[in-house]
Amino acid sequence: MKEVNTNELQELLNSFANKDVFIHLETTNGSYATHYNENFFNAGAFIRNVQLRYELGKVVGDAPHRVGLKMPHGWVYAQGITHFELDDQGRLLMAGIDNTGKLAIALEISESPFAY
Amino acid sequence: MTLQEERHVLVVYPHPDDEAFSVAGTLRLYHNMGVPVTYACLTLGEMGRNLGNPPFATRESLPEIRRKELIAACEAMGIEDLRMMGLRDKTVEFEDDEKMIKLVTDLIVELNPSLIFTFLPGFAVHPDHEATGRAVVEAVRRIDKKYRPRILACAFANDTVEKNGEPDVTIDISSVKEDKLKALKAHISQTGWMLQETAKRVDEGEVLSDSWLNTEKFYNVVFND
Repeated sequence: MKEVNTNELQELLNSFANKDVFIHLETTNGSYATHYNENFFNAGAFIRNVQLRYELGKVVGDAPHRVGLKMPHGWVYAQGITHFELDDQGRLLMAGIDNTGKLAIALEISESPFAY
Repeated sequence: MTLQEERHVLVVYPHPDDEAFSVAGTLRLYHNMGVPVTYACLTLGEMGRNLGNPPFATRESLPEIRRKELIAACEAMGIEDLRMMGLRDKTVEFEDDEKMIKLVTDLIVELNPSLIFTFLPGFAVHPDHEATGRAVVEAVRRIDKKYRPRILACAFANDTVEKNGEPDVTIDISSVKEDKLKALKAHISQTGWMLQETAKRVDEGEVLSDSWLNTEKFYNVVFND
């Protein structure tokens, strides 16, 4: 993955619009967050291989970026996206990686299902 | 303590690297004694957070990296029977409980281990660790007590010693510390930052230091019947 180039990422988001795609969306503080700091309220969410179709996808803002997908009846968005790549299977992988190298958020879009 | 002879040692942990931190030296000692060791690793740590910055991996490429690291770590520990059980990281506790117990029971029936290493339920911090320990303890509890394998459980929650006292079993692994270090280094995608975190915690006065390379400590799981 490389750092977000908004023009390039916007073109990739456009390329998946109006197609049936599979989504991976994940936010995480890590399972050890409360172990290291007992006052930390640990929350996160994870969905994988949920199929949807979006009509408009946008990347907005300075780094870290926000990416939103508008669907006919709803929304998907991810805040904190720093890196992206179109991988060797044609999947758009986006991630927000903090300054210690840990993933904090991931949003991925693929025309075929992700592995298990 | 000196290790006693075992018929077969079974290790059940959810993530590649759990074994390297908690039991690598002990497993190497068993291997050196000629005791067969099987490691059932439930997931490939697919949800690991450490991707580096700049990133060396993606969410989708990480499992294959960790699979290779796991195989290399097993070579360092002398583990010849590695089973990758195909579950997904961070989902173990949401699997059907009976399915998890059966997964462990099937391994016990096949291998007839005299000793099992896993996590201590209630004191294992990560939800996958907790679910793994629960499944192992319940599978063993259901065995007639005359035939039950012993369970030695790893625990590292902050209140572990407060609630349980000091660990029951301390194994001196100083003679194989280089092998443990090799196992830890094999999991390089994970151990880079963890070793930093450890150094930080030691700086803050939380002692966990020499345990890693000189001793490994476990609690006996005791059944009240």
